[in-house]
Amino acid sequence: MNELNYIIKRLLQIIPVLFCVTVLIFIMMRLIPGDPALVMLGDKGSPETIAAMRHQMGLDQSYLTQYWIFLNNLLHMNLGKSVYYNQPVSELIQQKILVTITLTIVSTILAILISFPLGYLSGINRGNLKGQIINAGSLVAVSLPSFWIGLLFLILFGLKLGWFPIAGWGQTWPEHIYSMILPGLTQALATCALLIRNIQNSVSDILKKDYVDFAYSKGLPRKIVRSRYIIKNVMVSTVTLFSMRIAYMLGGSVVIETVFALPGIGLLLLQGILGRDYAIVQGTVFIFAVIVLAMNLFTDISYSILDPRVKLQ
Amino acid sequence: MGTENTISLPERTAIAPKIPFWQRSTTFNMGFVFLVIVLVFTLFPGLFTSYSPSAQDPNVILSAPTAAHVFGTDNFGRDMFSRVLWGTRIDLEIGVLAVIIPLVIGSLIGLIAGYYGKWIDVLFMRLLDIVMAFPFTILVIAIVAIIGPGIRNLYIAIWLVGWKEYARLVRSEVIVLKESEYVQAAKTLGYSDTRILFKHVLPNVMNSAIVYSISDVMMCMLVGASMSFLGLGVQPPTPEWGALISDGRSLISSAWWICAFPGLALAITGIGISLLGDGLSDLLRTKEH
Repeated sequence: MNELNYIIKRLLQIIPVLFCVTVLIFIMMRLIPGDPALVMLGDKGSPETIAAMRHQMGLDQSYLTQYWIFLNNLLHMNLGKSVYYNQPVSELIQQKILVTITLTIVSTILAILISFPLGYLSGINRGNLKGQIINAGSLVAVSLPSFWIGLLFLILFGLKLGWFPIAGWGQTWPEHIYSMILPGLTQALATCALLIRNIQNSVSDILKKDYVDFAYSKGLPRKIVRSRYIIKNVMVSTVTLFSMRIAYMLGGSVVIETVFALPGIGLLLLQGILGRDYAIVQGTVFIFAVIVLAMNLFTDISYSILDPRVKLQ
Repeated sequence: MGTENTISLPERTAIAPKIPFWQRSTTFNMGFVFLVIVLVFTLFPGLFTSYSPSAQDPNVILSAPTAAHVFGTDNFGRDMFSRVLWGTRIDLEIGVLAVIIPLVIGSLIGLIAGYYGKWIDVLFMRLLDIVMAFPFTILVIAIVAIIGPGIRNLYIAIWLVGWKEYARLVRSEVIVLKESEYVQAAKTLGYSDTRILFKHVLPNVMNSAIVYSISDVMMCMLVGASMSFLGLGVQPPTPEWGALISDGRSLISSAWWICAFPGLALAITGIGISLLGDGLSDLLRTKEH
């Protein structure tokens, strides 16, 4: 019951933030120079369609009413119509969101698979050669521009070696996942570097704790001390950074999807901006914020499961 | 004031290690050397190349690296070495300018929110929640979408979003520090809030913000380059590294050098800044202990 209460409490806390997010997007859309109706129609349209759009957006009424209409539309996933695609934005997002989510999940899994073993290894080898090599590697990894690394991967593994597809994400699920490996790796690189550092610091801190010494002196096998005493505590200190990085990687999908020509909502957002297709911009930005909020909620819940003390606060 | 000195002096001499500044952190020194080299390129690009970054030579279109053009030429016959060299100035400037304003404004917000608490704190923290609800890049891209692509608007977008980390870092330290004995003592002595904030609190909470700002310079340089790569930042024909890579993207299978060298320059500068940041945090940590 305690857990359920906590989840409900966190869900309720999201509502005001989500409300402010919609206000911010509303203000941003109104700040675009020009008639808002024309902006949504992409500077084209007959006088009748413009008048219909003006009426639909409530432009002849107060800002409060306009916002109310806007909010109502957002909550009903009525995100307007793309001028370029001549298709409702919500449909476009539905078609493309899976790509972005798959990319983020693959990047996240790769980041975990790479950073946990390496971070742990560098934590127990702090100061010696092994640890220093991992450190140097992560310093380099965090400083590299992802779009450039992506292009290098494309040239090397896509064009020269022919191991991976160079564009698109295929038709079937195995193809989808396979084509996400290079983009996912590119996306995960900087996150891995930051996670390795964080894990390294917390491993070497935890190794100094009395409870670890105590566990060893009780005669517990190494394996149990590591999994139950060290890794679990490392997880707690890593989850927050990790959720921030997943949000960051989600933003990075604009760049990665552009480099690897993946038809996700990041690429959709970029096309919307370059084509001044503001219905797309508004819809994708809103969806990105919703995903981040949902993910923060998920993080907090997993945090409360990992660290029972959190629920008591 | 006299008593203060007699108390603190012996302690200070006992703690301070007698290692010269330049021997304390190899990482810092390496980063410093890296960046001095980059700075020389930034300030005097003309010393290292005789080509103008915009001069087109129709005789050497898409030439691979040769002795005359060490980084090759692009599809207009422009010398890539000189374009990369002149790009140093733009990319470094993006990194530094994009960070200075958020560092100052974010720290001020953190200082005020943390020190005064109450509604000011609540107001700024809610604002922070909203900014945090968007992925950093998405918000920057959205702002650029509204005010239009270009380098000036890129700065504005990063400034509007970048303050949040500094505000968080400084605020969390101020909250702890304002309960400390010496701040309470300064209050009892009747010092003004301004004096306490800027003379007693600020110098003691800036370390983590300054260390963060260095890695932030690297991050902002990369974000600026990515934005130009996407066509939302610096516009061609300005030789910005991200824009150069974007130009070379369509020719990647036939002329790899157009993409490779600007990226390498970006990576090397980034590594230099990271080394400097790591070294600085080492230096400040040893100072604290």
